[in-house]
Amino acid sequence: MKIDQGLDHLLRSVCKPGRYTGGEWNSIVKDWDRCDVRWALAFPDIYEIGMSNLGLMILYDQLNRQESVLAERVYAPWVDMEQAMRSSGLPLFSLENRRPLAEFDVIGFSLPSEQLYTNLLNMLDLAGLPVLSMARDERHPLVVAGGEAVYNPEPLADFVDAFVIGEGEEVVHELTTAIREVKQHKSSREALLRRLAEIQGVYVPRFYRVSYHDDGTVAEIQPTMAEARLPVRKRIVATLPPPVTRLIVPYLDIVHNRANIEIQRGCTRGCRFCHAGMVYRPVRERPVEEVLAAVEAILRHTGFEEIGLLSLSSSDYSHIERLVRELVSRYQGQHLSISLPSLRIESVSVDLMDQLEATGRRSSFTFAPEAATERLRRVINKPIADQDLLAVVEEVYRRGWKTVKLYFMIGHPTQTLDDVAAIADLAHRVRAVGMRAIGPKAQVHLSVSTLVPKPHTPFQWLPLADEADIRTQQEYLRDHLRRPGIKLNWHNPQETLLEAVLARGDRRLGSVIYRAWQLGARFDGWSDQFKIEAWRQAFYETGLVPDFYARRPRPLDEVLPWDHIDTGVTKRYLAQEYEASLRGEVRPDCREQCYACGILAAFARERQALLERAWGCPPLQHHGVRREAHER
Amino acid sequence: MNGDDLPGKAQEGPRQRLRIQFAKGEPLKYISHLDLARTWERIFRRAGLPLAYSHGFTPRPRFQIAAGLPVGVIGRAEWLDVWLTERLSPDEVRSRLQPVLPTGLEVGEITEIDLTAPSLQSQLRAADYRAVLRSQEPVEAIRARIEELLKSPTLLRRRRHKGGWQTYDLRPLIQSLSVQAGDDGEPMIDMRLQASPQGAGRPDEVLDALGLSWVLDRLERTNLRFEFDK
Repeated sequence: MKIDQGLDHLLRSVCKPGRYTGGEWNSIVKDWDRCDVRWALAFPDIYEIGMSNLGLMILYDQLNRQESVLAERVYAPWVDMEQAMRSSGLPLFSLENRRPLAEFDVIGFSLPSEQLYTNLLNMLDLAGLPVLSMARDERHPLVVAGGEAVYNPEPLADFVDAFVIGEGEEVVHELTTAIREVKQHKSSREALLRRLAEIQGVYVPRFYRVSYHDDGTVAEIQPTMAEARLPVRKRIVATLPPPVTRLIVPYLDIVHNRANIEIQRGCTRGCRFCHAGMVYRPVRERPVEEVLAAVEAILRHTGFEEIGLLSLSSSDYSHIERLVRELVSRYQGQHLSISLPSLRIESVSVDLMDQLEATGRRSSFTFAPEAATERLRRVINKPIADQDLLAVVEEVYRRGWKTVKLYFMIGHPTQTLDDVAAIADLAHRVRAVGMRAIGPKAQVHLSVSTLVPKPHTPFQWLPLADEADIRTQQEYLRDHLRRPGIKLNWHNPQETLLEAVLARGDRRLGSVIYRAWQLGARFDGWSDQFKIEAWRQAFYETGLVPDFYARRPRPLDEVLPWDHIDTGVTKRYLAQEYEASLRGEVRPDCREQCYACGILAAFARERQALLERAWGCPPLQHHGVRREAHER
Repeated sequence: MNGDDLPGKAQEGPRQRLRIQFAKGEPLKYISHLDLARTWERIFRRAGLPLAYSHGFTPRPRFQIAAGLPVGVIGRAEWLDVWLTERLSPDEVRSRLQPVLPTGLEVGEITEIDLTAPSLQSQLRAADYRAVLRSQEPVEAIRARIEELLKSPTLLRRRRHKGGWQTYDLRPLIQSLSVQAGDDGEPMIDMRLQASPQGAGRPDEVLDALGLSWVLDRLERTNLRFEFDK
């Protein structure tokens, strides 16, 4: 199938045609016929968002380094392009060789969030493939999915052949080998899936049977095949592989239009609502020298004018000041901006601010206190003092930043209206600090989202806040933040509900997702595209109730739909944290003191070959026994 | 206070201005003018050219592209000026640029220009376009329509302007317009349109006025004509 001729005509009628033309600097176009395993790396959102995702870029680099393997990119076409493609019969194609997706051996989806599920279905359909896994066989590409959302893979069990749980850098090569062998022997899809099920970190949902109690909760999850593991433990890489230096340089202005380098993976802070903080353990830092050498190579290979030092909490990187100081002095006069996307209030030093100030562009400075009272911050385990926040904010304004962005959440457990009122109050105090420092041009931008309890976190048993309460609290904030210099953003409670349902759903939700997609749901994370009616009808027709998934308090002994997925962090630890949360008890940074979350026991083998402090965990005590917190 | 004022980071003034001819080919025709500018900046950075930067709160590298190319149009002979803080020979610049150009961009002539010479934009007078059509219509029929169009003293068109519609006269912006048959008999329209600070004609508007928008196969800008070309 030749894509080119049909495509050119379509591109004249759609917005931002550059989303679909590829050819970017550092993109890799291999000889199709000289590769024996061909991956399509799919991101189920538009180009500008997908291209900002470092995870997909890492896999692209990993796979294309193999001589006989090719990996090509594909993003979700925007609604205008979808319409144009459907009406002209043009199938979804890859950006590099412009091949229809159906011609690849495997399609690997990256799924960072739940709102992308309908787009996954839509992309399979646009590729001309059956959307249901059971309707596909060895004549079709294998469909795999990974990423942060698939730690609960169940809602997508009907559509994805195999999930990869955890970090992909090593396991993609094991998948490639299995695909190559099965292809050479012309074996069946079933044979391939059995082969994949043996690989650690791979979950093949059709090889597990889920039974339910009469009340709709899960009774049991059992493998039906000898090859299927129970539990399925996530994959990690013991040491971060070298960073990608030949990053693709987009023509379009993508969301994060800069060179990104991961300086640290994982976080030791233990915020109880935070999915990433739980599932990306353990902490692995990249050595400063490696970062510096990589930055040099990246700038030479890409020409980017901004570098992003990525981590879940960049200021917790133990050499952050040295790193930034070194970057500032090396690239002085070369107009390089440095961006640190996630800074902790307690670890941002004045020195670091001085360094960042020297790098030029100062649009805004972002902090995420998440809660506005010190009591509630203890509940979520993000203890910072208001006076520390205000002191840091003052330094920020005085160094020339005009805008401070603050992220908060409503709907935390034990939250009262006083805690919500405190958000408005704190915003006013921050603005007052700004006024004192730089006058009326000081801005405060507030983003107030609603807590979505996520699987594999201490909050996984919690109900989502009631919609009426959410609306009352949002209204309160709107009323009290109508002031010059303060901007407020909030989230549509219905979108939040959908996210909460899908986040902790079981595999019966597959029929709801399928039906909602048929009824036109896609781009569910885009407020202007979100179709609540399609979802309402889908739930109605399938007889499932959103609140059962989102707003039901779950007892600690309930079998959760994702209990067979093992992140290395034990359910016992999560339950302890949940209980500590309700008591308002703080557990400080676990770099200093181990709370036995389970990650070290789960990955003892990976840890063995490394230096004692290679991971962020404290050193082992005598006889390899770790002192637990309650023994102190 | 601005990053450029920091001690040891004194802003270096431009010491050289180079004029670069380039072609923006088929693979890049859907890349907008703004995106092309960013692409050039990154090319210059990859090439390690000592770019001069503007002053101010957000310093920008100093280069100017003569004329924006509408999305979907190929540019055969485009021009830009770039200011450097060190003097480099045009050959040196070319050899640094060559290996870091993406597919679809080609560099032609590079010449040194007086630092104080007027900007390319202010010198631009007209642009030549060629439209290749995928049409069964005989060239003669198209020629007749062209002659008719050229005979009329005005050609009122509407265009978007500040959220509303504005009427303007396209006719005085058309300096020449003709049709000929290509190698395979396909009709090719050649036009020269005014392109100056006082007004610029759009080739798609001319094609639309001729009723040929729907059979357009390829549109390219073949030449830019400047004041100094005369």
